[in-house]
Amino acid sequence: MQLSVNGQMFNIDVEPNMPLLWAIREAVGLTGTKYGCGVAQCGACTVYMNGEPVRSCSVPVSAVGSAKITTIEALSKDNSHPVQKAWIALDVPQCGYCQSGQVMAAAALLKRIPKPTDADIDNAMSNLCRCGTYQKIRDGIHVASGQKKLADVLAQYDASLATRG
Amino acid sequence: MTLENNSRREFIIKGTILGGGLMLGVGAIPDLAFAQANSKYDPNTPTKYGDAEVNAWVSIMPDDTVYIRIARSEMGQGTRTGLAQLVTEELECNWKKVKTQSATPGQSLARKRVWGEHGTGGSRGIRISEDYVRRGAAAARIMLVQAAANQWNVPVSELKVDKGVITHVPTGRKTTYGKVAELASTLTPPDPKSITLKDPRNWKVAGQPYARLDTADKVNGTKVYGADLQLPGMLCASIKSCPVFGGKLVSYDEAKIMGMRGVKGVVKVNDSTVAVVADTWWRANKALGSLPIVWDEGKGANVSQDDINKMLRAGLDEQGDFWQRKEGDAPAAISGSSKKVEAIYFTPFRAHVTMEPMNATVKISGDRAEAWVPTQNGEGSLAALSEATGFPLEKCEVYKLDSGCGLGRRGSTQDFTSFAAKVAQKYPGVPVKVLWSREEDMTHDFYHPIAMAKMTAGIDSSGNVTGMHIKVSGQSINATAAPQNIKNGKDERQLQGFYEKGPDAQLGYTFPTLLTEYVMKNTHVPVGPWRGVNTNQNGIFMECFMDECAKAAGKDPVQFRQALMQSHPKHLGVLNAAAKKANWDKPLPPGNFKGIAQFMGYASYSACVAEVSVQNNIVKINRLVFALDSGHVVNPYLTREQIEGSVAMALGGIFSPEISVENGRIKEQNLDSYPLIKLSSTPRIETVLVPTYDFWGGVGEPTICVVGPAVANAISAAIGRPVRNFPLYKEGLSLA
Repeated sequence: MQLSVNGQMFNIDVEPNMPLLWAIREAVGLTGTKYGCGVAQCGACTVYMNGEPVRSCSVPVSAVGSAKITTIEALSKDNSHPVQKAWIALDVPQCGYCQSGQVMAAAALLKRIPKPTDADIDNAMSNLCRCGTYQKIRDGIHVASGQKKLADVLAQYDASLATRG
Repeated sequence: MTLENNSRREFIIKGTILGGGLMLGVGAIPDLAFAQANSKYDPNTPTKYGDAEVNAWVSIMPDDTVYIRIARSEMGQGTRTGLAQLVTEELECNWKKVKTQSATPGQSLARKRVWGEHGTGGSRGIRISEDYVRRGAAAARIMLVQAAANQWNVPVSELKVDKGVITHVPTGRKTTYGKVAELASTLTPPDPKSITLKDPRNWKVAGQPYARLDTADKVNGTKVYGADLQLPGMLCASIKSCPVFGGKLVSYDEAKIMGMRGVKGVVKVNDSTVAVVADTWWRANKALGSLPIVWDEGKGANVSQDDINKMLRAGLDEQGDFWQRKEGDAPAAISGSSKKVEAIYFTPFRAHVTMEPMNATVKISGDRAEAWVPTQNGEGSLAALSEATGFPLEKCEVYKLDSGCGLGRRGSTQDFTSFAAKVAQKYPGVPVKVLWSREEDMTHDFYHPIAMAKMTAGIDSSGNVTGMHIKVSGQSINATAAPQNIKNGKDERQLQGFYEKGPDAQLGYTFPTLLTEYVMKNTHVPVGPWRGVNTNQNGIFMECFMDECAKAAGKDPVQFRQALMQSHPKHLGVLNAAAKKANWDKPLPPGNFKGIAQFMGYASYSACVAEVSVQNNIVKINRLVFALDSGHVVNPYLTREQIEGSVAMALGGIFSPEISVENGRIKEQNLDSYPLIKLSSTPRIETVLVPTYDFWGGVGEPTICVVGPAVANAISAAIGRPVRNFPLYKEGLSLA
């Protein structure tokens, strides 16, 4: 079976009912997409299928067909996507395990709604984070969308670009 | 201590309980077999090691790159960055040139535990190691400067150092740490006791809101967690333990799955656990689902949640030798009071649900065993590996991987390492990754213990408390994890937060009379430390009840508390700081109600104010203010992030459905039946840090216990009746 991942065609020999998540992780070998629950609840496995976010743990690889899959590894070449830049500048991740999915979900939101409101963020960001990075995720989306200045957000935490080391 | 003569069990105890002593390494060119895998698994552990190890904590390359050795585990709490800041502060090196390495337990043992304790739980990562880590860094600085003095043949007093550049003041001549590191490594280290550490009030690097050292790889998928590890020739396994705790494995029919694609075999891991091994994890897990297994579920199979609840409830009425603090005759004082307040509270079992499920990878080659483990307790995992394989400790090594959450689950029992070792033993020379399915992870946890409390107080005609009687009935963590800590049937740990003496978890009130009691009621469900541990339920019991007492006394909740806190200035300090930040004295808009709570744990003082509105039994949290006194603050930005995380976990703890027992097994299997809190439910958190600079307190764990009671007290104010049954769906309430 052929699978288009990050602009590259992979010939993979897997069972048709293998979830896309495991085809990506164990056949293609890209492990940035995470296993968290396997039942589409946590969103750690979020990838794009023809540009739309899906929870890859619950999509059988046979249902992908010729759709183009994009994983976190291909969001940018050099952490230059606005979401990645904001995530780094604000230290959004704690343990980081769910953040591939969070970044993919946030980038998808900004593509759909370039200037999301808090309500838009509430609705779109259903990915789970056990470390509780939600406040920083919200901040990160506001910064990535250009609606808040990084310096202003840092100031809320008594920090500035100069004091971040 | 001579570890080589100790048994593994003693080593576990030493490795997990004792703090590390101050032992600086002698300056030698290192030959450190730090974690090395063929795949990139930890961006902070370079595969090439420093040419000049100045001492165990510091190795400096000719290009001035400074490698700081970190013995504690990183799971997102920021200890790596914080410890590196402390080292940089004393070392006076250039932060921009700092990288970190993760010290391995095997190497540490081989070097007489030069890095001290590895265990990272109880919010101890920094506060227990800061002294010897800072002295190690200062010693390295002294040796580096001495090396420059020797090279130039000038007195040390004529040299100054700034950001790794050493200057001879009279001549302006300069050199760098990288250039003198090799010479420094040959010098005799100074006596650590002779070193004067910097006053934290004068810190330049520590105490600053520096960025984490390890964020970049977390936003692009390149950070490799234990679950992601891919080693050449690796096999993968999924495990299943008897659904009923205490049950046994009777048999399984291997033939039914051996034809399935990729399946290599089935391994009996222990009396109650079986593993299926395959070429990939998905195949292993799928085959495990098809494996016919016969269990002897044992007597636990008859236990229901109702049985457990009734047992705990009965404990509240038991009379016996349960007391831990007895100051005056509280029951007599209460019964002689004009008003008696009584309330019974309930808090449930809780699962950890680390986002990365439990896992470990083990490779056994000849007489050596290696494990790659996301663990909070590297030395505990080393001991578990040794015990499971029968190999001596010096033939074992553990490479700690950054964990996808820890929350206590990876700190106590190292079952994941033992299991992987047992499976790998059947495949010599082959690395085997054992990853738990989410269902297995959720149904075989070491849960937050279940507890109830009967709180009784007397109030006199002036509205003053005459006596306080705290009686807790619930499961003991020590009974599962550390029975040696239960003395004469009394388990002090379950009354965390009610202690008289410090330094970790003293009660912040002085009552005229006080009785605290703990009635141990153990179930067949294994329990363990869960972020905040027993401060979670005890904070709810104490602080919700304080509001009930304040109401009975006709007093404002803050003023009522303040009157009882005059001998507890630090508790009072955070209470006042939170109240002030939240404008406690100003009236709220109609429909808004506030609640406050303060409590202590892990040597730190926390207070929280919540503002809520409740409509149609749906709770909306409109404001949340948090105050923390952790003594010193190594990184205020990351401290705030820990508080933000604690708030989210605490809100889940009071609103999300509980873990419950049905037919002896855990009913909730995955995140559909045990949902975690979402972004949309999390309020904005306003934090005030009020350090008093005279002690070292924790951050990750002490900041969770006040959130639940503050929110619950606000809800009680809103709905006009106290809430006592957690999670709050039992009170008909849900979170917006």
